[in-house]
Amino acid sequence: MYPFEYRRASTLEQALRMSADLAPAAFLAGGTTLYDLMKLGVERPVTVIDVNRIPELSHLRLSRSALVIGSGVRMSDLADAREVRESFPIIREALLAGATAQIRNMASIGGNLLQRTRCTYFRGTHPCNKRVPGSGCSAREGIDEGQAVLGGSEHCTAVYPGDLATALLALDAAVDVLGPDGARSLALADLHRAPGDRPEQDHTLRPGELITAVRVPATRMRQAYTKLRPRESYSFAWASAAVTLSLHPDTATIEQSRVVLGGLATRPWRVRAVEDWLHGRPLVEAVALEAGRLALRDAEAGRHKAFRIDLGTRAVADALLRAGEQHE
Amino acid sequence: MQIKVTVNAEPTLMDVDPRESLLDVLRERLQLTGTKKGCDHGHCGACTVHLDGRRVLSCLTPAVQADDTTVATIEGIEGIEGPDGELHPLQEAFVRNDALQCGYCTPGQIMSALACVAEGNAGSDEDIREFMSGNLCRCGAYVGIVAAIRSYAAGQP
Repeated sequence: MYPFEYRRASTLEQALRMSADLAPAAFLAGGTTLYDLMKLGVERPVTVIDVNRIPELSHLRLSRSALVIGSGVRMSDLADAREVRESFPIIREALLAGATAQIRNMASIGGNLLQRTRCTYFRGTHPCNKRVPGSGCSAREGIDEGQAVLGGSEHCTAVYPGDLATALLALDAAVDVLGPDGARSLALADLHRAPGDRPEQDHTLRPGELITAVRVPATRMRQAYTKLRPRESYSFAWASAAVTLSLHPDTATIEQSRVVLGGLATRPWRVRAVEDWLHGRPLVEAVALEAGRLALRDAEAGRHKAFRIDLGTRAVADALLRAGEQHE
Repeated sequence: MQIKVTVNAEPTLMDVDPRESLLDVLRERLQLTGTKKGCDHGHCGACTVHLDGRRVLSCLTPAVQADDTTVATIEGIEGIEGPDGELHPLQEAFVRNDALQCGYCTPGQIMSALACVAEGNAGSDEDIREFMSGNLCRCGAYVGIVAAIRSYAAGQP
């Protein structure tokens, strides 16, 4: 591993000051992505700033209007929190569908949102525009089985692999960030970016900015997360779908919905056209399957990834039907 | 950087390089070689230890992050629940149920399973399979592993 400078911050102010003084720096929380990629030589920060001992980052509080999750809260603690079990079952579902018990005990929520792609070429030594800008994309001519079917560019088709961000987008969450220019809040929908011609840039945070919390608005919508993967447990998604919806109390037709695809696109992928189409329709199997087909309408089959379009269709249908079975 | 870690109830002071993993420090400096290095990338679970009572992967834990914590490894479990030199009841259950072949993954399986039971995630075979999915066994002793954990969990108060 490349040598780096390790610093430990005990306050947010200290973390920001270190980040400004010792750039290029990376913030270290759970380390399950960063430290792993440093071992592979993919991430090479000059300074690593440990933010694990900053107390504000590990707060979790539920008010009448929102659940506020400190970015340092661990996946397992969030999944087990009473507030989440009672009011945001989709968050627990998505968290427990990801990683393993050991990794969930380590990985932070902020780090989870910013986890990097699992594209084999990114983690390996073949040319990769995300790892080494301008070096080319090996997936174009290589094995594209796990590449994105939506949101790719000629430069990169690496999938955004997270489950949690997919679920949080269906809950219309926002993230609080703190940086050299102060504090701001942005919609989670604006955090991740598609590769375009800058695949090395996964997100829209400015240099030195740190996610401090995630804000999830209180909701009474029915919700479900469906994840389809190569094995029963401990695998990244081949396709997943997060759905939140409400049904009309008299007609049981869909009043409002959010439909988000995971594991299929270069970023968490909300499909508003499907949400509009679902409005006023009854939540029956034929409608759910048609919604799934519509969600994947623009997907690219590539050479080896057509099966994931089918999986995505079925993930959407399953999440819609399961959400519909829940009580509001 | 100097770190202070309590390893298997023994307070330990060490100078570590920030690049070193907790796994390497346990094995190479403290000679606690019961904890195994399988993949070194968080895929296999062979390096599972308890950090402040929670199961974690020591290969993905920079040793500097273990500063001021308590670490328990497979060498420490007799000290936790049984007399020296005797197998822990969960280890006995592994032997009785043929839950290993080569044994390389076993220390990680045991440390993970102890936590799995303590978390309350060992109530059914289905739960055990799900909450033990981070511990791979390339010999394929899974049927025995699930049976061993179930029998140990059933004997717990």
